[in-house]
Amino acid sequence: MPEITRDEVAHLATLARIDLDDAELDRLAPQLSVILESVASISEVSGADVPPTSHPLPLTNVFRDDVVEPSLTAEQALSGAPAQEQQRFSVPRILGDEQ
Amino acid sequence: MTTATGPTLVPFDDVLAAYDPALGLEVHVELNTATKMFCGCPAAFGGEPNTHVCPTCLGLPGAMPVVNGKAVESAIRIGLALNCEIAEWCRFARKNYFYPDMPKNFQTSQYDEPICFDGWLDVEVEGETFRVEIERAHMEEDTGKSLHVGGATGRIHGADHSLVDYNRAGIPLIEIVTRPIVGAGAKAPAVARAYVSQLRDLIVALGVSEARMDQGNLRADVNLSLAPKGSGVLGTRTETKNVNSFRSVERAVRYEMQRHAGVLQAGGSILQETRHWHEDTGVTTSGREKSDAEDYRYFPEPDLVPVAPSREWVEELRGTLPENPLARRARLQADWGFTDLEMRDAVAAGVLGLIEETVAAGAAPQAARKWWLSELGRRANDAGVDVADLGVTPTQVAAVQALVDAGTVNDKLARQVFDGLLAGEGTPEEIVAARGLAVVSDDGALGAAVDAAIAANPDVADKIRDGKVQAAGALIGAVMKEMKGQADAARVRELVLEKLT
Repeated sequence: MPEITRDEVAHLATLARIDLDDAELDRLAPQLSVILESVASISEVSGADVPPTSHPLPLTNVFRDDVVEPSLTAEQALSGAPAQEQQRFSVPRILGDEQ
Repeated sequence: MTTATGPTLVPFDDVLAAYDPALGLEVHVELNTATKMFCGCPAAFGGEPNTHVCPTCLGLPGAMPVVNGKAVESAIRIGLALNCEIAEWCRFARKNYFYPDMPKNFQTSQYDEPICFDGWLDVEVEGETFRVEIERAHMEEDTGKSLHVGGATGRIHGADHSLVDYNRAGIPLIEIVTRPIVGAGAKAPAVARAYVSQLRDLIVALGVSEARMDQGNLRADVNLSLAPKGSGVLGTRTETKNVNSFRSVERAVRYEMQRHAGVLQAGGSILQETRHWHEDTGVTTSGREKSDAEDYRYFPEPDLVPVAPSREWVEELRGTLPENPLARRARLQADWGFTDLEMRDAVAAGVLGLIEETVAAGAAPQAARKWWLSELGRRANDAGVDVADLGVTPTQVAAVQALVDAGTVNDKLARQVFDGLLAGEGTPEEIVAARGLAVVSDDGALGAAVDAAIAANPDVADKIRDGKVQAAGALIGAVMKEMKGQADAARVRELVLEKLT
């Protein structure tokens, strides 16, 4: 039976930048375990003849021609930005390093 | 950032006496497709900020990516040229991280199913061939460019906020990763340089990228570790990011070898981390601690269907590959009549392509070799750039040599023509005219200078009159000095001998 520990949930929350307090971790970790168990039950009904599937459609090689299409204008691109400066998206101070 | 005392660097020979280095190189190649990896925005360099963007490369809700077929073709051709297997079926994956240079909060990349894998590239260093094994070459997308505001130096540290331009976000990248390269010993820095240099030659020959390191089309990350000599194990590695010239690749490897040895010999241990290369000071500084792969929470990209190149397509692309680099080198050496040593020096300096283009523009091979390896190589070294980025083109070098061949300038004056070219003063012919560099072979002007030299050096003149013809050199030198190097030396010699014998 798959089980997700409280520590694993805390780690995932950190990676996903979700701020969970102790009470939330206590409550959510067991709930996530139940969800995982439910999903895992699907594997019980799939036989060896069913391959693991990441894409529901039997398609491959969907390619685009290398032809330029119109881009947005800078005004359009920046229209939803909370802050902008010098025709660029302004973002808060970056802590930590480039990936 | 700066510390009062830098790290202890162990002398290079002492590093080699105690440790075996292991290298690993990750090279990102920005493709020269017309459009981005997953959308139709132009992939051209530069542009006004945020004008090469659309909902897809800005990561706006609901936007759907579609793979650029030309980029897949380029990826396969790179893989084939590196003797790789081409996957029969592979997927894209999301690499999740939070950094504003990726507006989607993930980079679309490939994880455990790279399109190309298990290849190799033979590189030659000082006559010895090293086989660099290629672990994988996979497709991904470039990130946006950040401008850090409010800090003292434009650096991220101390900045108040950052401004992001997403024109570059989504440009197709191929990341080529080697397996650990062991056994290079003292040649490790040179092997690293030769690999990147010969990889660049290959990319240029394939025509899949502009491959300019100074513009970031080709970016190298250098992994290095040391292990106790003879132990056969791999030590803890550091990854030095964005080393952007061949020369810097070599310097960064050497520096990290010396720094690692300093840490290890002091009883310390190497922290697995990324490091930043500082071109100006030639040192690396600590970046971030390297996170484990699973921290990126890779998962198959649900918005893109798998790529399954047919074997027919792969074979068709194999037929488009350029000449194998080693075969090309042998052919060029035969065509040019270079000695093994001349060829080796030209390969080591990364100037084969430049010589080839200069010869194609009309210069003799030896003349082309001489300019690129000595005069221009020295200038590039002084300027701390690769000779290809110096700012002189093969066509210009051929034009300068044509002036030498025509007797308009001599080699010494030709150097001043290069000064003019680098200062942007026009074509070689215009520079000769504007700077008054043409050689003087007019007997009137030369005769007067020769007479003056004879009058000023009566003892030398007497020796020549007595039959010591070799003494003429002193008078020729005096005339050349008087005429600021612009005299036709052969004609001066004739005039001296005519007047004194």
